Amino acid sequence: MDQPNDIDLTETGLAPRQSGSVLLIACGALAHEVLALIKANDWQHMDVQCLPAKLHLYPEKITAEVERTVQEHRAQYQSLFVLYADCGTGGLLQAKCAELGVEMIEGPHCYSFFEGNATFATHLDTEISAFYLTDFLVRQFDAFVWKPMGLDRYPQLRDTYFGNYTKLVYQAQTNDPALNAKAADCANRLGLAYERRFTGYGDLATTMERIAQ
Amino acid sequence: MADDDEIILSELSDDELVLQMHDDLYDGLKEEIEEGVNILIARKWTPYDVLTKALVAGMTIVGADFRDGILFVPEVLLAANAMKGGMAILKPLLIATGAPRMGKMVIGTVKGDIHDIGKNLVGMMMEGAGFEVKDLGINNSVEKYLEAMEAEKPDILGMSALLTTTMPYMKVVIDTMKEKGMREDYIVLVGGAPLNEEFSKAIGADAYCRDAAVAVETAKAYMLRKHNRATA
Repeated sequence: MDQPNDIDLTETGLAPRQSGSVLLIACGALAHEVLALIKANDWQHMDVQCLPAKLHLYPEKITAEVERTVQEHRAQYQSLFVLYADCGTGGLLQAKCAELGVEMIEGPHCYSFFEGNATFATHLDTEISAFYLTDFLVRQFDAFVWKPMGLDRYPQLRDTYFGNYTKLVYQAQTNDPALNAKAADCANRLGLAYERRFTGYGDLATTMERIAQ
Repeated sequence: MADDDEIILSELSDDELVLQMHDDLYDGLKEEIEEGVNILIARKWTPYDVLTKALVAGMTIVGADFRDGILFVPEVLLAANAMKGGMAILKPLLIATGAPRMGKMVIGTVKGDIHDIGKNLVGMMMEGAGFEVKDLGINNSVEKYLEAMEAEKPDILGMSALLTTTMPYMKVVIDTMKEKGMREDYIVLVGGAPLNEEFSKAIGADAYCRDAAVAVETAKAYMLRKHNRATA
């Protein structure tokens, strides 16, 4: 499968190949990682449909979009799996998936499952003022953070949004010096301390291994 | 030839000035709002009229356009900042003139959560609607909420959370209130992006408020019910 570009993943998502027995319905922000895992493990029976990553700007729309995608594709595949965490749906996505009889990845959000839900939970109390970015979000920082928050037009709002944060944690899925530099620059633009934390694919990898069997 | 774009606020009639202030709030022009407030006060308007007719009415338009997807969060924040400037002038005058008070609210973001944009908007709109607001800030434990309720004797407790991981803490607070036999003494309103009506019911809150304008209307409605109960 060709590598999709980040703008397409943000705006329109990624269409499935329409072959294979398992369809993964994933957030566009996870596409590179999901495709990398499929390729590395030669999971040819897995197909991927990514919804536009920009849905994260409107979490109230995620549940309905996932439901629509499940209904659209469920007859074509033996099984479907949702690669969204709760992602700000307040439990509604979990409830909908249960109603549809479809499993989803565990966790409150991708920051948690990339680091590993168990590990992330151990510092929930001590790291409440951390702002997280993943590889995708570092690459798409302007499209996902800077512009939607209006900081390109109203830089004076920066401290209204980020005044209570103390550090930016870049959860690195890959070792890429250019992304590290860009993440450090993002921290600087937000006026936050910077920390890089290598996570790899975390629970995304173990969850996909389980589905693949 | 005069510059057509130049609007001298002090040269406008009262009605024109109020409409201009609605526009200036919409555009987030803090200095113009402060100037407009000072002009109306100098023209012997009561602080309460300035608040309701110029500021709150203007923010109501902002709120409606936000809900309809015409305005977005950055613009609402700028409008709120402009209103805050006007409120800072009006607050001491409102106290001094004994403007009508709707009730009192203690509000705070729950433990583990540092997000306060929504909470601050609610607090400001509640003040604009005539409520006295005690803002506890962010990351509040159940003990801090209880202390504040004891000290402030509010009518309403407002709790806010932006995270799926922190919103369950609202139930901890409400359950503790129940254990202490004080739940029925307060109206409990909850809000925050991942919340919904079902969650609010499940944790035993009185109402979920999806935005600041709804919070104000809900608070008013509950205060009216409380008043009617007390006078029945």
